[in-house]
Amino acid sequence: MRRGAAAALTLMRREIVRFLRERNRVFGALVQPIMFWGLFGAGLGSSFRPPAGGGSIGYAEYFFPGTVVLILLFTAIFSTISLIEDRREGFLQGVLVAPVPRSSIVLGKVLGGTALAVGQGLVVLIFAPLAGIKLSPASLAVSLTVMAAIAFGLTALSFCIAWRMDSTQGFHAIMTVLLMPLWLLSGSFFPAQGAPAWLSVLMACDPLTYGMAAFRRVLYPGEGPATQGLPGAGLSLAVTLLFAAAAFGTAVALAQRRGSGVRA
Amino acid sequence: MPAAMRTTAPAVETVVRVEGLVHDYGPRRALRGVDFEVGSGQIFGLLGPNGGGKTTLFRILATLIRPTAGRASVMGNDVALRPREARAAIGVVFQSPALDRKLTTRENLETQGRLYGLGGRALREAVDAMLLRVRLADRASDRVETLSGGLMRRAEIAKGILHRPRLLLLDEPSSGLDPGARSDLWDHLRELRERDGVTVLLTTHLMEEAERCDRLAILSEGALVACGAPRDLKAEIGGDVIVIATAAPEALRGEVERLCGARASVVDGTLRLERPRGHEPIPRLLETFGDRIDSVTIGRPTLLDVFVLKTGHRFWGEAEA
Repeated sequence: MRRGAAAALTLMRREIVRFLRERNRVFGALVQPIMFWGLFGAGLGSSFRPPAGGGSIGYAEYFFPGTVVLILLFTAIFSTISLIEDRREGFLQGVLVAPVPRSSIVLGKVLGGTALAVGQGLVVLIFAPLAGIKLSPASLAVSLTVMAAIAFGLTALSFCIAWRMDSTQGFHAIMTVLLMPLWLLSGSFFPAQGAPAWLSVLMACDPLTYGMAAFRRVLYPGEGPATQGLPGAGLSLAVTLLFAAAAFGTAVALAQRRGSGVRA
Repeated sequence: MPAAMRTTAPAVETVVRVEGLVHDYGPRRALRGVDFEVGSGQIFGLLGPNGGGKTTLFRILATLIRPTAGRASVMGNDVALRPREARAAIGVVFQSPALDRKLTTRENLETQGRLYGLGGRALREAVDAMLLRVRLADRASDRVETLSGGLMRRAEIAKGILHRPRLLLLDEPSSGLDPGARSDLWDHLRELRERDGVTVLLTTHLMEEAERCDRLAILSEGALVACGAPRDLKAEIGGDVIVIATAAPEALRGEVERLCGARASVVDGTLRLERPRGHEPIPRLLETFGDRIDSVTIGRPTLLDVFVLKTGHRFWGEAEA
């Protein structure tokens, strides 16, 4: 048990060290979402109709939490792309023959991705007041926890996808058709209210909708225009945690199959 | 040479035991029931052409894949049933480096040590000692991507033996190394055996590398065709080997066989045959065939001759599908 934890921590630390040595990854995961925020915020600002009854919220403010979650998603994706690289470069097979449980290997990778995602999310989140969102030390602390839960689930999910892949091109394709829609439909980009019925059904099925809702509810305590019509805090948190656990469990199950993860 | 004696001495502890090992990749059978044992302190080679089953066997021993049937154990631990115990006893050096190129040499060793349960001061000391031992102390803080191929292989071996395994597995360790780095590698392997009593099992498709092993298993098309000390294997052939280089080996074969009184085989475009007192027929060969022969060489049997004799194969290369 202790050795498993030590192994997971070692692998997590490696993820962080590698990340800090690859500047362009920092750039990619942070700059693109912020650019989206700037452009969409400015472009859609005048045509955006806030959720019914919510009078005062502008698009730049509405989209800001969505931008933070997009950063979480991108960081999760980048860190699991590194799983494919680990296999291609050979590092992974060295880890697979070490006397550590596979669950520690998965945990190290996913915790590493989570730490990087939360770190980068935080860098952006501290600018929330510029978008009109008030932050208190308490809401910041709780936000980080919710962000960690979201990031853990997303990293574990992309681990599941990346585990069997041997090319990053394949992963990019999946990312476009699966992971991006997960984010688009989560209420990060547009609210469910005012969307056609079929679309709001889709959105209700998207597990990230609940992560997004939990995040908004933490940023805006109490009922207000910004959280109107969102799933409740308890439900949101429960789904988010459940999703994280299920994705992690699946990742471990995949990794435990002997022969998987080995290059042909 | 004491190695040959060691293989027959009863007191030798068995480090690797392989029994009836079978492995299928879908419908393709890669290993067809392989048996052998490796005693403590040996340098044991798995020799065979690419596609012969060496890498499959290596992966089973390294606990990466499970055999379809049969058993393989390391220090008495079945690699399929008790992988954790087997893994702790094995150090693995892959053909493609398993180093993290973005990390420094020291960071790579530290990561490895922690995965194998080392920590704190014990880890620091083990890493320092290992860096000195493989003469990489001056490159400890350099990222692995800046090391040359030979130094990288050294770092790789350092990583493989950091946790003091009883068995070191190496997959094609010489591939991609220049001759200097190769002999460097072998110095390290011998030192490991002498100083630490580590048993070494390596795969190779290079005859000259196989010659250096204490014992060899020759694998062809998934089956073990010979097993023993290189000298003993060659001694089984006896006599001399005559190699005739000619543009038309098949055409000359019958006549050459009659003239020399021995069976000839065509290998890689040459005629090879083996007989005692190989020098005797050479003048008549030259007189009879004259300019149809480019050259005639005579020598002691090589491992290639052993392979040809045992398999009847004519080529040392990719196994035919």
